[in-house]
Amino acid sequence: MMIPACRLADLPRGEAHRLDIDPPVSVFHTDDGELFAIDDTCTHQDASLADGWLEGCEVECPLHASKFDLRTGAVDAPPAKLPVRTHEVVVEDGMIYVRVSTRAPNLPPCVASRLAKGPA
Amino acid sequence: MRTVAVVGASLAGLSAARSLRKRGYDGRLVLIGDEPHRPYDRPPLSKEFLTGAVGEADLALERDDEDLAAEWVLGTRATGLERTERAIRLADGSRMRADGVVLATGAAARTLPGSEGLAGVHVLRTLDDARALRDELARGGRLVVIGGGFIGAEVASTAYALGLDVTVVEAAPTPLAGPLGEVMGGIVSALHADHGVRLLCGVGVKGLSGERRVDAVLLEDGRGVPADTVVVGVGARPCVDWLEGSGVELDNGVKCGADGRTSLAGVVAVGDCANWYDPYTGTHRRVEHWTGALERPDAAVATLLAYGATEPGVPRPPYFWSDQYGVKIQFVGHAAGADSVTVEDGATDDRSFLAVYRRAGRPVAVLGMNQPRLFTRWRKQLTAAAP
Repeated sequence: MMIPACRLADLPRGEAHRLDIDPPVSVFHTDDGELFAIDDTCTHQDASLADGWLEGCEVECPLHASKFDLRTGAVDAPPAKLPVRTHEVVVEDGMIYVRVSTRAPNLPPCVASRLAKGPA
Repeated sequence: MRTVAVVGASLAGLSAARSLRKRGYDGRLVLIGDEPHRPYDRPPLSKEFLTGAVGEADLALERDDEDLAAEWVLGTRATGLERTERAIRLADGSRMRADGVVLATGAAARTLPGSEGLAGVHVLRTLDDARALRDELARGGRLVVIGGGFIGAEVASTAYALGLDVTVVEAAPTPLAGPLGEVMGGIVSALHADHGVRLLCGVGVKGLSGERRVDAVLLEDGRGVPADTVVVGVGARPCVDWLEGSGVELDNGVKCGADGRTSLAGVVAVGDCANWYDPYTGTHRRVEHWTGALERPDAAVATLLAYGATEPGVPRPPYFWSDQYGVKIQFVGHAAGADSVTVEDGATDDRSFLAVYRRAGRPVAVLGMNQPRLFTRWRKQLTAAAP
């Protein structure tokens, strides 16, 4: 499914845009002008990677120290141990779209249990 | 270099081992740990582990698919380092010669003199400490936490969530004034009162009362605070006694350069036992932060593998976090030496704000409560302005 995220012109380099779907996904615009989409929630604890430290093709979780590779979703260091999903990004007519992966996400335990219970 | 021994198998030791392999070291790698456990994560021990939200398997720091091709010598304490051969003596009587040594023996919780042998009195540093405390807190009752620092505050917050009656005793007039300064220390420690946890400040602890089990904490002003369980959270001391006489210079831990090099060639120090030279302040500092134990070993390993012929990089400013009463607290930089602190965003009353510490107008530290996005921006800015 293709989900419209935001206009490319509204997402400056070095910034991220979060899609409030469940689970949330974020689009990152790197300083080099590339676009990537990954799951927004750190796999260690409930934190938004869109709030994190973007450097090159890596984003560091805003709370702790794990960095995720935007290209592969791989994590480099604890406390997170599992990768995030990556998603396809398409730009059409100046609009950014995300094709959300159909794989199962790696959500931190607290978020996974909340989602399993369904909407509050 | 054919054998590298990493003494200490916690986050700093594991990070050093990973860095060795990542940098292409393919010789013999030995990790020595005094605890019987493989490397595990300590921050949850004062929080989610005590409540049962995470279990022991969740604490593992190694990934399932990870293989460092290392020899693990666990449950054995290092007792000495022989300088001429860089040989490590172990408590089991064995001896191991190494070409390179990484000192990562960490720090041990300070205890209260006279509390030995009294049931119900705990410190919190290791997994075994946390197991014992978790079982005790499950019984409920009255908890007295001695020490209003971060560990003490986190235990108080967790115990409150578990339904215990909690009192925190702090000898200083304001908790957290050391790391955060008086004003912000007061604001952060006000979280206790928000949740009905009693905070007694500016009064020292004279001792504990109880026959076989603690029943009260006795204060220096003559008061007694009834207690079913006591947690002593009064800091930690570096585990470096075993290095006495080794030729490794000791001064509040292992005195080392900004790249971890010690006074002995082929020996570097990382983590809580290391008293690093800090280019930000021009002094030596022992920084007991998780992120330091994660990030700094790479510089030390680079130094070790290059036989000291490297220029130390500038580490990122020290960063730590704490979670108390559902509030995320983040801090970066050095509050000591700041001449002003101002709230730049949000409101302290809302427990959601960002405060910037400055020295002569230049930002030197940032504190955030429930402001991760803004905090990240400031952290980047502070790092970019590094010396």
